[in-house]
Amino acid sequence: MANEIQESIARRAAKELNRPCVVNLGIGIPTLVAKYIDDEQVYFHTENGLLGVTDVDEENKDPNLVNAGKLPVGETIGASFFNSAESFGMIRGGHVDVAILGVLQMDQTGKIANWAVPGKNIMGVGGAMDLLVGAKKVIVTTTHTTKDGSSKLLTECTFPITSTRSVDMIITELAVFEVKEKKLELVELMPGATLDEVEEKTEAEFSIHLKQRQFGRGNLNEECSHY
Amino acid sequence: MTKLLKDGTAALKAVKTGDTIMVGGFGLIGAPLTLIDALTNKDVTDLTIISNNLGEKGKGLGILLGQKKIKKGIGSYFTSNRDVGDAYQRGEIELELLPQGTLSESIRAGGAGIGGYYTKTGVGTDLAKNKEEREINGETYIFEPAIRANIALIRAWKSDTLGNLVYYKTARNFNPVMATAADVVIAEVDEIVEAGELSPEAIVTPHLFVDGILLASKILTNEGVVQHG
Repeated sequence: MANEIQESIARRAAKELNRPCVVNLGIGIPTLVAKYIDDEQVYFHTENGLLGVTDVDEENKDPNLVNAGKLPVGETIGASFFNSAESFGMIRGGHVDVAILGVLQMDQTGKIANWAVPGKNIMGVGGAMDLLVGAKKVIVTTTHTTKDGSSKLLTECTFPITSTRSVDMIITELAVFEVKEKKLELVELMPGATLDEVEEKTEAEFSIHLKQRQFGRGNLNEECSHY
Repeated sequence: MTKLLKDGTAALKAVKTGDTIMVGGFGLIGAPLTLIDALTNKDVTDLTIISNNLGEKGKGLGILLGQKKIKKGIGSYFTSNRDVGDAYQRGEIELELLPQGTLSESIRAGGAGIGGYYTKTGVGTDLAKNKEEREINGETYIFEPAIRANIALIRAWKSDTLGNLVYYKTARNFNPVMATAADVVIAEVDEIVEAGELSPEAIVTPHLFVDGILLASKILTNEGVVQHG
């Protein structure tokens, strides 16, 4: 069940989706982002074959209408269904504007590991590698530390990486980092977090560029392609 | 010649020991549960199964796994069935893991007469080990060979009597591409209508891809898999 820490991360991530765009949400905290979006022109894509994901109608759950986490969802007006090859063509082909993903680890160049743990059988990768390669912008939403309190932001990942591509932004319950030229920049402290705490809980090197954020259209100096 | 099949046994007549079989579905969603059930009742073994997952624990392809009929699995997400990892640990099954987009594109290529293709997905990761690399326009790609099978078992919503298919919501997933990439393609459907009743504009899989049609009797519901008829 989602707790307040996860909700705060999801709420912050939602502020990045401030213009019409196509967004793919991963499993876990990323899934929570959708409930903080009320812009009808944010279109959710799920890689199992639907553009136009919305909340499930609890009264009319359909076992054949699910997201990539196999959870029941709904379809918006104007939704479309397509096969898996076409869906991943959309992803690899650069037609999905933003992917929001969970991670196990990240390194100080913005590379992530989110599909395998050493010493365990490598059993599943799903769409993680395709999303890293193809999404125009990748945002990571994750708790800052693991359950035992160690940093998820590392000098180097010890788990197998998902892609050589660096993500664009990392949002935790303590801080927001942007990745610029394969370097982490701390751009924002989350409410209640201090710089000392972020420094203490972050193994990766980062520079500090704290800025007052204005959330509104055009904030990210990036255009989404189709709207 | 009619493509309509009277039961699962008739539908799987072509399947033999050692075959490579594509099975549609994303977990149990869009999986041909009636045909999988028939496969668990058929005396064949050493199968190579190409499917996104190997079912769930004790469900769908998970039953076939429990019967030790699967020699090798090719898929993208075996994590959804913990039995797969256990069988792998005991050395009972070989696994080939592909990114989901690579799995689906390799099947698409297999059905379209393409020998293989280059993709950026997986470059520099453990899944690219021993794969040929090539620079294209300054970027690194890896080669992925196409995938084909002896038989494809797929799930659609409606078929007409010719074998034209339409699909239902996210139960579509891998089914339309698998329909193109096997020597024999059997489709399990909820409803069979007369030719002409499906709009030509709406048909997703034209009938030339389909060899046999079976009315589904194992249906996925909110309460799990139920037997119909």
